[in-house]
Amino acid sequence: MVMTAQMQKIIADAQPMGWILEPQAKKLLADSGLGIPEGIVTDSFDTAQKFLAAGAGPVVIKAVSADIVHKTEHQAVVTGIQDPDTLAQHMERLLSLKGCSQVLVEEMVSGIEILVGAKNDVQFGPVVVLGPGGTGVELYNDTAIRLAPVTPADVYSMVDSLGAKPVFYGFRSRPGVNMEALTQMVVTFSHQLMDLEPHFESIDLNPVICTPDRCVVADARIMLLKK
Amino acid sequence: MDLSCLFRPSSMAVIGVSTSHDSHPANVIYNKNHLRYPVQTFAVNPKGGSLNREPLYRSVADIEIPVDLAVIAVRARFVPDVVSQCIDKGIKGAVIISGGFAESGSKDLQNQVADMAARADFPFVGPNCLGIYSPDAVDTFFLPGERIIHPKKGNIGFVSQSGGVLVDQMVKFAGEGIGVSSAVSIGNKACLRETDMIDWFEQDLATRVIAFYIEGFDCREGRDFIKRAEACSKPIVVLKAGKTARGIAAASSHTASMAGDYRVFSQIMQQHCVAEADTEYELTSFCEALSCYPKGIFGNVGIVSVSGGHGVVAADACGHHGLDIPRIAAATADTIRARLSPEIQQIAALDNPVDLTGSCVDADILTSVRHLSRDRNLDCILALLLPYSPGISADIGAKLSQVARNEGKPLIAYVPKEDKYKIITEGFALNKIPVASSVEGAVLMAKALKRCRPW
Repeated sequence: MVMTAQMQKIIADAQPMGWILEPQAKKLLADSGLGIPEGIVTDSFDTAQKFLAAGAGPVVIKAVSADIVHKTEHQAVVTGIQDPDTLAQHMERLLSLKGCSQVLVEEMVSGIEILVGAKNDVQFGPVVVLGPGGTGVELYNDTAIRLAPVTPADVYSMVDSLGAKPVFYGFRSRPGVNMEALTQMVVTFSHQLMDLEPHFESIDLNPVICTPDRCVVADARIMLLKK
Repeated sequence: MDLSCLFRPSSMAVIGVSTSHDSHPANVIYNKNHLRYPVQTFAVNPKGGSLNREPLYRSVADIEIPVDLAVIAVRARFVPDVVSQCIDKGIKGAVIISGGFAESGSKDLQNQVADMAARADFPFVGPNCLGIYSPDAVDTFFLPGERIIHPKKGNIGFVSQSGGVLVDQMVKFAGEGIGVSSAVSIGNKACLRETDMIDWFEQDLATRVIAFYIEGFDCREGRDFIKRAEACSKPIVVLKAGKTARGIAAASSHTASMAGDYRVFSQIMQQHCVAEADTEYELTSFCEALSCYPKGIFGNVGIVSVSGGHGVVAADACGHHGLDIPRIAAATADTIRARLSPEIQQIAALDNPVDLTGSCVDADILTSVRHLSRDRNLDCILALLLPYSPGISADIGAKLSQVARNEGKPLIAYVPKEDKYKIITEGFALNKIPVASSVEGAVLMAKALKRCRPW
């Protein structure tokens, strides 16, 4: 894998800020083959409402702001929006948040929330992190860490080492994740990390949402190394 | 890189020997090697003269014969000159004992020495280290021989970033009867580092297990270490110090805060089959077990005991350390029962753990271990032997070892550590069957084998 011109531009543009905004981060990941939700970035109610109308289900909207690294803490994410009025109402609020001139409107994917992360470790270089995802990840601290790049067997061993392993394989009649899709995503991601090694400090793909069919990166945050 | 000049020198120069201070590090090193090791040793001091009726050479250049190893114990600022003289003399390598380099802020001085040595292809250990102890070959530790406890000659190559920990661990090895092929304190590791030590010990026929005490790696050095460790054909054990989480920069990610330095270290070691010991005690157990059994297991342990209580204690410890105690196959139990002596045939519990009771005799233990070894559900056998039982003979160690050698499945024994049972312990040890002095120790040995899968 090589860094495309688009990838390099995204990183260069984000360097002064120190991290890559979610829409650009997702573009970077999609370029290397990771699944991301359908979505648009806009400041227009009209465009947003058309996106909602064109889709089959609810949407999620998120503030795009250089001043908001951790969106949950600023209530900068609204999920499960089904009708145009609610959409307009929340969009107006998000656009009033600090530094927010546009919102990301995306199809809403439901499934099991997983954290796929990365750290550019001082001693070991890029490492991949996998665990149950969501906003409480630090509370449970249930993660597996491996040196990047990883093999498919590594991904299985990571899942097997987690306390939340049953969630991945399905339990209490709830379906698990598509392990093939997850494995492919983590392996691909881990190879991309080697290309990103000179640039990134750490990465959260949290959550990656996994259904029995596919895995998509529902949120992405790429922290860059200070140059 | 051939480092036999450092680990098995036939001649050495000790530079910095004092004419007035008998306890100067260089004097201690000169004396012990000169008097007690099969290495021709020369003392060097620019003033010349003599020491204990032996000549003091003004410079290494004056030494009449070729020299393999230079031990440098002069003040830091003189080290570059001395290294340069050693290179000119054609000395093959050095141990630089002297402190006063990167550890106290003189990074430039250290780099100057390292660069000069690199250009001349001159390997050295240190600076700021104790250097090398190779039993029956050389000892550059500046600790008087009568004060330290030396492990016997054995097959563990031990590498430490700390000289103090190295000496302490040598005491523990000696206490458990474990021997070292060489022990090396690498200090500031300006030239030879952990990765070089993997290369050296891998090709060293005297070494079966390579053990490390690691405080931390330099930038990206951990990745190099893992790459070498993964390619190494010998088991590697590490003991890590500095496990408490360091602060993570603000405004960082969730991942960065969860993947602290130690968690990353620990999980990557596990990913690449490096056995991480939690304590010094575990390190000792791991080394002993892996020196006998370099191959991995899944961790399905069969336990044979002559006391129900010991079986339960071992089973609990297995659970605690992530080892399984699977049921033994019905056919295995039937085969064993049919061959037990009549006295215990009805009372022995042939579940896992197997309890042969205090009335068993040697033959019952041999039978049980033989057939448990043939059970596909098990890949490691623990034999908990309490020689208090009258039916157990002094030959049980040697006899059981032969069974284990025949069956080819790892056997680990527990025998209480008492002088009167030494004949049993030696019966195992001489046949390369590891013996623990506690039930917990035996379980830790099994844990060591689980560092990687059988293939």
